[in-house]
Amino acid sequence: MGSPPLIKVENLKIYFPIRRGLFGPRLYVKAVDGVTISIDVGEVLTLLGESGCGKTTLGKTIAGLYRPTAGRVLFMGKDVWSLPPREFMEYRRSVQIVHQDPYASLNPTKTVFQILSAPLKRWGIAYSREELIDKVSKLLELVGLTPPEDFLFKYPHQLSGGQRQRVVIARAISVNPKLVVADEPITMIDVSLRLGILDLMLELREKIGTAYLFITHDFGAARYFSAKGGGRIAVMYLGKIVEIGPAEDVIHYPQHPYTQTLISAVPVPDPEESRKKKPIQLRSLDIPSPVNPPSGCRFHDRCPFYIEGLCDKEEPPLVEVRPNHWVACWRAVKR
Amino acid sequence: MPETILSIRNLTVFYRGLRGYVHAVDDVSLDVYRNEVLGIVGESGSGKSTLALTILRILPPTARIVRGSIIYRDPETGREYDLAKMPEREVAKIRWRKISYVPQAALNALNPTLKIVDHVLETARAHGFTDKKKVLEKAEYLFKMLRLDPKRVLNSYPHELSGGMKQRVTIALGMLLDPQVLILDEPTTALDVLTQRFILDLLKDLRKKIDITMIFITHDIAIEADLADRVAVMYAGKIMEVGDVFQIFKAPKHPYTQALIRSIPSLIGSVEEMRPIPGSPPDLVNPPPGCRFHPRCPYAEKGLCDTKEPPLIQLADGRLVACWLYAR
Repeated sequence: MGSPPLIKVENLKIYFPIRRGLFGPRLYVKAVDGVTISIDVGEVLTLLGESGCGKTTLGKTIAGLYRPTAGRVLFMGKDVWSLPPREFMEYRRSVQIVHQDPYASLNPTKTVFQILSAPLKRWGIAYSREELIDKVSKLLELVGLTPPEDFLFKYPHQLSGGQRQRVVIARAISVNPKLVVADEPITMIDVSLRLGILDLMLELREKIGTAYLFITHDFGAARYFSAKGGGRIAVMYLGKIVEIGPAEDVIHYPQHPYTQTLISAVPVPDPEESRKKKPIQLRSLDIPSPVNPPSGCRFHDRCPFYIEGLCDKEEPPLVEVRPNHWVACWRAVKR
Repeated sequence: MPETILSIRNLTVFYRGLRGYVHAVDDVSLDVYRNEVLGIVGESGSGKSTLALTILRILPPTARIVRGSIIYRDPETGREYDLAKMPEREVAKIRWRKISYVPQAALNALNPTLKIVDHVLETARAHGFTDKKKVLEKAEYLFKMLRLDPKRVLNSYPHELSGGMKQRVTIALGMLLDPQVLILDEPTTALDVLTQRFILDLLKDLRKKIDITMIFITHDIAIEADLADRVAVMYAGKIMEVGDVFQIFKAPKHPYTQALIRSIPSLIGSVEEMRPIPGSPPDLVNPPPGCRFHPRCPYAEKGLCDTKEPPLIQLADGRLVACWLYAR
């Protein structure tokens, strides 16, 4: 037995109650519905999926912001929701979040110095003003905002979107987290600067050893980040992981019909290639409601390859079809 | 020679800002050919949307057309109009009837208190079409072509429709009066992959069925590879390169175009060859002197690129490039 993974979620379910009318039945949005996944120390894992698939909910749960409806979140092998308060706070410190919108996640009335020194004070990493200035300057250098003097006393509105996201990343790594959950961190950044933010995150992993859970809907970004970081991509659909494997393997040899369909639909920056692509046609364009997900395989009502009497009845297990590459599809199960 | 429907010359548009004038579109010249799909690609702040708003003359009050012309040649009558200088009441006869607009539906393009049928009728009435029956017939025809169920959609409020359906409604509204030119501003940006693919395929299908010129504006250059016939690359209010889509992607000439294509995280090619563009986009209140891209350009030459602005010149293969590498 090696050491336990940094984070493991087991059969995780997150349901949000909704009510239709005052006396209506209580219904649940099944945002995450039975996910088992683990992230090792220093690992890069990308969670890829369309809007509403549950990827953000899963990310927030891993960061301890939602309490599971069922299942467990294990941090270094321990169930986080039965940790004593002191250890729970230690876990919360160890898992930090970078949100999508760098305009909304920085307080507009505080300077960069104030923003970055708050967590240092909170966690007792630095106290005196000299110490704080020194530590904050080092953080700014680490995220490429140099020289730090130019940025220390600026307000968020004086920074560009890319610079703001660098401040957000600096704040996340300031408390030495073991995992950073980055939820669409480049979606609101200028196109030409996006890879710079991803490269920065990977560089920081080399320097301080953080693991990443990168959440995105962008196939290209998922491939870039996970492939460069030697990590995996997990594809989510309606609250479930349908495929997980090494980045390039998932992109070039997708096994689940859902992954295959999405990859066949993404435009690529080559007119010949892009126009040659034959997108797989689904039986329905609409994503079913996560309140009443389809029976059996959740993708069966849209899947062009579905097997009647099997896919609509029983849920397919995740099986390993290529080295380290798992898929939940009945066509992949040897019967 | 292809027939030119829009001919933009030396167009300059500034916004009045707190710190001074924002040089949003600066000395832009560009031709749009009849029945082509012209892609305009650029980052935020490149001026691509301002260019669209100027052609339609729907700029916000803080904006001013400083100089330049936008000549629109009506292919039916052969008459020419300068959209940059015409009085508003004259522009109103061309807007939506001849040159129409499809905004990003996710950005509150539809009024949440009005049913889609009222959007349709009001759009038509605003341009003098009061025959309800005829207008609705036309709308039903367009909805069917865009694979929307007319009965259901017309009687819905915007919030009852999915993002992809709303975007298709805005496309139908843009086409309601049979325009010759349709300007689409980021019409697939907030949509999921499959919905985006569906809309791109619908647009391709549409141009096979009817004569229409499309100007497709996006920050996502891969979409232009999929859809456009020609591509214009904008940076900091300037045109950097204009060419056939195959030329642009197979052998980009401008260092910015080259860098932009390399900065796309794509599913093809090696991830090792993808890289960001160093530096950041310029401040448009004080744009850099000379070539606006020179502070980020690997080929920038001191004393030339940082002092003199490169002219937009035509290369032997027909494309236009504004770069000193090709201009001396």
